[in-house]
Amino acid sequence: MPKANVTFEDIGVTVTVPAGTRLIEISEKVGAGITYGCREGECATCMMKIVSGMENMSQRSVLEDKVLQENMAGRQHRLACQAQVLGGEIVVRPG
Amino acid sequence: MSDPVVLAPGVHWIGALDPQLRVFDVILKTANGTTYNAYCVRGEKGVAVIDTVKAEFADTFFARLEAVARYDEITAIVLNHLEPDHTGALPELMRRAPQARLYISVKAQTMLKGLLKSEDLAYVPVDTGDTVDLGGRTLRFLNTPFLHWPDTQCTYLEEQALLFSGDVFGCHFCDGRLFNDRVGDFRFSFEYYYQHIMRPFREHVRAGLDLIEPLRLDLIAPAHGPILRDAPRAYVQRYRQLAAPLLHNEAADRAKTLLIFYISSYGNTARMALAVRDGAEEIDGVRASLYDLQGGEVTPFVDLIEEADGIVFGSPTINGDAVKPIWDLLSSLAVVSIKDKLGAAFGSYGWTGEAVQMLEDRLRGLKLRVPVSGVRVKLIPTQEELERCRAFGRQLAQHLTGRAVRRVIDMSELLKEPSHAQG
Repeated sequence: MPKANVTFEDIGVTVTVPAGTRLIEISEKVGAGITYGCREGECATCMMKIVSGMENMSQRSVLEDKVLQENMAGRQHRLACQAQVLGGEIVVRPG
Repeated sequence: MSDPVVLAPGVHWIGALDPQLRVFDVILKTANGTTYNAYCVRGEKGVAVIDTVKAEFADTFFARLEAVARYDEITAIVLNHLEPDHTGALPELMRRAPQARLYISVKAQTMLKGLLKSEDLAYVPVDTGDTVDLGGRTLRFLNTPFLHWPDTQCTYLEEQALLFSGDVFGCHFCDGRLFNDRVGDFRFSFEYYYQHIMRPFREHVRAGLDLIEPLRLDLIAPAHGPILRDAPRAYVQRYRQLAAPLLHNEAADRAKTLLIFYISSYGNTARMALAVRDGAEEIDGVRASLYDLQGGEVTPFVDLIEEADGIVFGSPTINGDAVKPIWDLLSSLAVVSIKDKLGAAFGSYGWTGEAVQMLEDRLRGLKLRVPVSGVRVKLIPTQEELERCRAFGRQLAQHLTGRAVRRVIDMSELLKEPSHAQG
C-alpha cells in the first residue's frame, strides 16, 4: 500500500501513514494542536496550514472549498477533517 | 436631549447615551453605563455617517442625524466595526438612504452578510490608504485588524485631523457632557477597557499604533465613551505603554521562560513538579520557575503567563477531574495572548488519573502546542518515576529552545496506543 509521511511542525513528529488517511485521524492520535468542532467539514474549527506538500493532498471538495472561502482561508489552508493524504512528504501545522 | 453635538465645523456627534447599562457583552462591568458614538461629516458634495448605535437607541440616532442632514444627502456610510452595538441602526439607515455607499474593511465582508442575513449587498471594501472624497473633506481609512475584531478599522478626516477610531481609545463611561475635558474622571474606565478588550491583541495594538502615531491628531472620536479633544495624543501614548510587556524580564535575552504551576494534596504532585523543574534547568537557555497555585492569586499569574514561552500544569486527579484552582487560572487567560506557547501537564493520582489528559486537551483548545505527553504517576512517585519527570522537564526545555529530537513513527504504532504518543 502507498505510504505518506506527515510531519506535524508544532510537536516535531513525523507519522508514516497509508495513502487515503484523513489528517484528522493522524493529528488526534499523535496529539498535534489541531482542534475540532463538527468533524463534518462545516465549522472550519480544524482549519490548518499545509506548509509544504499540497500536491500530495486530495483535491478540495466543493463543500470544503466553500467553507474555506467563507473563512477567508489562504491557498495553503485545508480542513483536517476533510483533507486526505495521497503519498510523499507533507508538512502541516495548526492555524 | 436629542441635539447633535458639534465636534468641529461640519462634524457632529449623533450617537446615543445608555446610562443604565451595567454589564456590557457579558464580560465587562460599567458603573455608569456607556455611549454608542456615531458621527456625521459634511463635505461640499456629500455627507458621511460614521457608525451607528445599538438597535434600541435607533430613534435617538435618527433624530440627531435628521437635525444635521437629509437622508438624500448621505453619500457614504462608514462602519469602523460591525459589532451590533455599532450597527443596530444600519438596516434602517440603508433603507432611508438607499443611495449611500457602504464602506467596510475587507475582513468585514462576511460579517456584514452574517449580520444582515443577505448575500445581495452593495458595499465597497476598503484598506489602508483608500479614501472617500466628500468635497473639501477627505476620509482616509486605516486597516487596524483585531482592535478588537478581525474587521476593525479607523477612519481619519484629513483636513481637520480627526480620527474616528472605533473601539480603540474608547471606554464604557456615560456622561452627557461628552468631551474628555468636561466629563467626570473616566481614567479607570479607559484602563479597564484596554485590559479587557484590547490586551489579548497587543501585537495588533502595536501595529495599529504604528499607523496612528504619525498622524496629526486634533481630536480622537472613539465609538464608546468620552470624545478625546484635550491632549488626544496622551491617549495614544498610554496605549503604547499598555501594549508593552508588563514586567521587565531580566533573563529574556538569554533564556526561554518555562512556568510550572502545580497544586498538591499530599506532596506527590509537588515532588513531581520539583523534578520537572530540575530537568528543565539542565538545559541551557531555559529559565524554569515553580509556583504553588495554593499560594497565589490568579491575576499576577496571568501577567506572568502573558510573558512566558511555556506553561506546565501539575494537578492531582480528584473525582475524575483536575482541581478547580487550575481550571480557574485556565479560564482567566482570555485576556492575554497565549496562542503558540508551549503547554504541558503532569500529575499524581489515586484511582484513575484523568486530569493530565483533560488539561492537555484544554491547552490544545487554547491553541497552545503540546508536543510532549504528560507524566502520570499513581500515588507516591518512585525514584524511577521522578527520573521520568526530570526527562519530561528536559524534553519540554528542548522543545522551547528548538533542540528537540524530531521523531518519526508509524501510524500502526499510534493505533496501538490508548492516547497520544509519548513525547
